[in-house]
Amino acid sequence: MWTWFHKLSSPPHFYRVAGKMVPWFAWPAALLIVAALVGGLVLAPRDYQQGDAYRIMYVHAPSAWMSLMVYVVMAVSAAIGLIWRIKLAHAVAAGCAPIGATFTFAALATGALWGQPMWGTWWVWDARLTSELILLFLYLGYIALRSAIDDPQRADRASAVLAIVGVINVPIIHYSVVWWNTLHQAPSVTKMGAPTISLPMLIPLLMMLLGFTLYFVAVLLTRVRGEVLRRERNAGWIREGLAQ
Amino acid sequence: MSGTSSLAAGQLLFQRDLRLAWRRWDQVTDPLVFFLMVTTLFPLSLSPELSRLRDVAPGVLWVAALLSSLLAADSLLKSDAQDGTLEQYVLSGQPLTLLLLAKTAAHWILSGLPLVLISPLVASALGVPGHALGVVMMSLVLGTLTLSLIGAIGAALTIGLRRGSLLLALLVLPLAMPLLIFGARAVELAIIGEAAAGPLYLLTAMLVLSMTLAPLTAAAAVRISID
Amino acid sequence: MLRGVSFAIGAGEALHVAGPNGVGKTSLLRVVCGLLQVEEGEVHWNGRSSSDPGVTFLESLAYLAHDTALKGDLTAAENLHFSVGLKHSVSAQQIAAILADLGVADCADLPCRVLSAGQRRRVALCRVLLSEARLWVLDEPFTNLDASSTAHVSETLSRHLAQGGLALIAAHQGLSLHSGNVTRLELS
Repeated sequence: MWTWFHKLSSPPHFYRVAGKMVPWFAWPAALLIVAALVGGLVLAPRDYQQGDAYRIMYVHAPSAWMSLMVYVVMAVSAAIGLIWRIKLAHAVAAGCAPIGATFTFAALATGALWGQPMWGTWWVWDARLTSELILLFLYLGYIALRSAIDDPQRADRASAVLAIVGVINVPIIHYSVVWWNTLHQAPSVTKMGAPTISLPMLIPLLMMLLGFTLYFVAVLLTRVRGEVLRRERNAGWIREGLAQ
Repeated sequence: MSGTSSLAAGQLLFQRDLRLAWRRWDQVTDPLVFFLMVTTLFPLSLSPELSRLRDVAPGVLWVAALLSSLLAADSLLKSDAQDGTLEQYVLSGQPLTLLLLAKTAAHWILSGLPLVLISPLVASALGVPGHALGVVMMSLVLGTLTLSLIGAIGAALTIGLRRGSLLLALLVLPLAMPLLIFGARAVELAIIGEAAAGPLYLLTAMLVLSMTLAPLTAAAAVRISID
Repeated sequence: MLRGVSFAIGAGEALHVAGPNGVGKTSLLRVVCGLLQVEEGEVHWNGRSSSDPGVTFLESLAYLAHDTALKGDLTAAENLHFSVGLKHSVSAQQIAAILADLGVADCADLPCRVLSAGQRRRVALCRVLLSEARLWVLDEPFTNLDASSTAHVSETLSRHLAQGGLALIAAHQGLSLHSGNVTRLELS
C-alpha cells in the first residue's frame, strides 16, 4: 500500500495512472448529477412550507459541502507536501483551490437565488452564507498568494502555510459567525435552513453530493496532470512521451 | 566571550527595535493618524449626532483599529528583509520563534498600544458613554495584540512581494473577522450597560491561541520566504 | 540552476566561486549557509551534516551578503553590539578595537546611513571578525570598494586563512591573497 502511494508520487507514473482514472470518475459523475437533478427538480415532492423554491437546495447544499471538503483536501495535501517534501502534493493543493473557489461561489450564487423567492432580497447575512463568503475570501487569498510569488518552490511552501493556517481558522470563523448571527437575529429573518427532510428528498441530495465529489476528483486529476506537465516540462519523460 | 541566551537575544532585538523607532518616531505616528482619520470618516458620512454615532461606535472603532493594524503589519519585517538583517536572525542560531515574538512585542508597543491609549478619546467622540470606556480599552488591548501576532504571519508570507502590503491585508482580514465580531460585541454590551465578560474571555482565548501558534508559524514562513 | 556542484575545503583554504552574473554564485553560498534548500545534495561540516544539531554549524559560520545587514539609523558600534550580541556577548572595547583594526574607528559613533559603501562593508566585516567564526561565507566582498578598502578586506581575509580559518568567497573579479590555499570553482 505504501509502495503504491510512493510510486504514485512520481510525476510520470501519476500522469499515466491519473489519465486512465479520469473517465472512471467523470462518467459516473455526469450520470449521478443528471439523475440527481431530475430527482430533485422534478421527482421530489413539493415542500409544504417553501413550495418549489426549496429545490435550489439540491445544488446549494452539496456545493457548500464540497467547498468545505475541498478546502480540507487542499490543506491536507499542502501539509503533506510541506512535511514530506512531495512536490505532487503541492500540485494537488494548487489544483484544489480554483475548484473549491468555484464550489464556494456556486453555493453563494444558489444561496442568493434561493433568497430571492423566499425573502425578496438577493442577499441575507445568514450564518451559513456569511461563513461561505469568508471561505471564499480564504480561497481567493490563497490563489492571490500563489500567483504573487514567482519562485515555484516558495509559492508552494508559502501557500501551504497559508492553507494550514486557514483550515485551523475555518471552525473558529464558522462558530464566531454562527454566534454573531444568533445575537442579532430579528424574528422576521428566517434561517436558510433546509425543509424537514423526507426520504424522497434525501436521495437526490445524496446523489448530487456523490456526483459532485466524483466530479471534483475527475477535475482535480485533470488539473493536477496539467500542473505536472507544466512543472516537469523540461524533464525527459515528457519528451519521450511526446515522441511516441 | 560567552554565548548569548535566547532570552537575552530576544531582549536585545526588542530594545533595538524600540531604539530604531525612537530615532524615526514620525513613522510610528502614521498608524495612529490613520486610525483617527478613519474614525472621522464615519461622522462625516453618517451624522454628527452622538446618539446615532453611538449605535455604530463599536463597529467603527473596531474596523478602524483593524485597518490601522493591517497598515502597520507590513512594517514588521520589511526593513529587516531589505537590508539583510532578517537572514542574520536565521543564521544567529537563536530560536527564530522567540526573536519574532520579541519583534512583534516591540511592534505592538509602537502601533497597537498608541491606539489603545487614544481610544477613550475617540470612543467618547463617537458618543460612547464613560462607563464603557474601560471595556473599549480592554477589548482593543486584546484585539490589537492578536492582530499584531496574526499580522506577523501575513508579513512573513509576503516578504519582498510586489503589492505585498495589499496582499497582506487580503490574507489577514478573513482571519481577523472573529476578533471583530467579539470585540465589537464587547463594546456594544458595555454601552448598553451589560457585562461584557463573555466576548472578552473569547478575545483572551484567541490571544492565547495566537501567542502560542503565531510566532511559530511566522518563523516557518520567514524561512520559506528568504529562500 | 545549480547542478553537479561539489567541493571540499579545509583549514587555511579558501574557495573562490567565480562565474558571470546570475549563474548561481549567491545561491551556492546560501545553500552552504542553510538559507536555501536543495532538492539533492548535502552540506557537511567536520564530517557530519551541517543541519545536525550537535554540529553547531551556525556558531562556526559568518555570512556577509550583498546587503551589509546594517541598520542605517544605528551607529556602527550599536550595529555591531547588536548583531554580534545575538550570538555571544561582546564588550565595547572589543568593538572599538576591531573597528580600529579595519581603519573605521572614526565611524564608531556615526549612523551607518552616512557612511560610504566602503566604510559600511568594512564595518560589516568587523561583525564577521567579532563573531570568531571559522568559516567565512562572503558574497562579493570587494564590490564598490576603493583601493584602500579593498586592501583592508584582502588583508583581513588573508590573516583569517593564515590562522586556520576557512572562506567561501563569491567574486567575479580575481582574488589576491598573500596566504591561504585558494581554489577556484568556475560556475557556468
